[in-house]
Amino acid sequence: MAEELLTIDHLTKQYGENVILNDVSLTVHKGEVVVVVGSSGCGKSTLLRCINALESIQGGEICLQGEKIEQEGKNITALRQKIGMVFQCYELFPHLTVLNNILLAPVKVQKRREEEVKAEAFELLKRVGLEDKADSYPRQLSGGQKQRIAIVRALCMHPDILLFDEVTAALDPEMVREVLDVILELAEQGRTMIIVTHEMQFAKAVADRIIFIDDGKIIENSKPEQFFSHPETERAKQFLNMFEYKRK
Amino acid sequence: MEQYLPLYQKAAVLTIRLGILGIVFSILIGLICSFVLYYQIPIIKRIVAIYIEISRNTPLLVQLFFIYYGLPKIGIPTNAEICGIAGLSFLGGSYMTEAFRSGLEAVDKVQLESAESLGMNRFQTMRYVILPQAVSISIPAFMANVIFLLKETSVFSAISLMDLMFTAKDLIGLYYKTTESLFLLVVFYLIILLPISIIGSLLERRVRYAGFGD
Repeated sequence: MAEELLTIDHLTKQYGENVILNDVSLTVHKGEVVVVVGSSGCGKSTLLRCINALESIQGGEICLQGEKIEQEGKNITALRQKIGMVFQCYELFPHLTVLNNILLAPVKVQKRREEEVKAEAFELLKRVGLEDKADSYPRQLSGGQKQRIAIVRALCMHPDILLFDEVTAALDPEMVREVLDVILELAEQGRTMIIVTHEMQFAKAVADRIIFIDDGKIIENSKPEQFFSHPETERAKQFLNMFEYKRK
Repeated sequence: MEQYLPLYQKAAVLTIRLGILGIVFSILIGLICSFVLYYQIPIIKRIVAIYIEISRNTPLLVQLFFIYYGLPKIGIPTNAEICGIAGLSFLGGSYMTEAFRSGLEAVDKVQLESAESLGMNRFQTMRYVILPQAVSISIPAFMANVIFLLKETSVFSAISLMDLMFTAKDLIGLYYKTTESLFLLVVFYLIILLPISIIGSLLERRVRYAGFGD
């Protein structure tokens, strides 16, 4: 087995009395693609946000390569640079061109040379088929294009792990494909990723492991073949049945 | 009427000079206070809130009297020009605070999160992501405040500063040339304010082009 990259140990997240994540433990190995599924509000997006310390946690700990991720920790900005995240709503900076969106953090935060990052940015833009959009503003792009740019922006930081939080949930059906294809390609390159999605066909294709969360708890953690054909729990069966359409 | 022109010109220069200084200090106060409110700095945010209420809910004339007649009473010597600038800054500071604060708060929270998730610290997030967007959102309110404050300088005549208003009143009192004096008064205010108004709309159009995504 490859080395352990991210370890989540007995994580608890609550808002007041309201428990969102209840004693969640998960280990992600290098090069692994973990897909997190579950019904809306089960806590899967919150899990990703905790990994990036966008949410405070009330119990347990999260470590990236042995380094503890804490919201108020001194090294949190350094740790976040190793964790790329793409959100559901397009979060490109509207006042910057596509190219400057991508360059901002590598140049200003990581202090890398602009020409070097620029070359890399164009290389990546080409791979996602958007090299001609470098000088466009986000508002001139479609939703699918924006999400592909957001992925490029995350990649340019050279992260160790990528988090995708329902990146296609707000997209038109035709645009879902172009974004998911990019993520599939990343999986083939052996990137470590945690993906939250409602696209079950995509989950089946991309995942090394499926995590099923219900009511703040991980209740299944298995290979995709097994999860989709023989889910262990009743709850997972119910969940998967929702994606089947049959005439009564 | 021509013989009055030099008087009006002199008065206009005073109005512009004091107005600009007052606006500059208003902007400084506004920036500081809006950051205090945005970052919710404890205790200081209370003080800022009280300041804003006092400043916005009392007339500039009253504020000026307080400063002009009040400060010497407690032993702080002062002169009319400094009082005028101080009064205008006291009033303008709160209006600018509200303009900047609404701009800062109008920037979507996901912008902040995506900046943080890219590893930016608080300063970098503010400098490169929040502030540029907040500025363009604030421009219309900001320009409205600039025009409002320049117009408010007409109150300066009450503490015997020889601004446009004072000059007009003076001429009316001396020569009974009411119509001419008031006509020139309107013309001079328009000469000062119209260009600013036009620059404002141009600026608004520009930042709107560069700003706001979807």
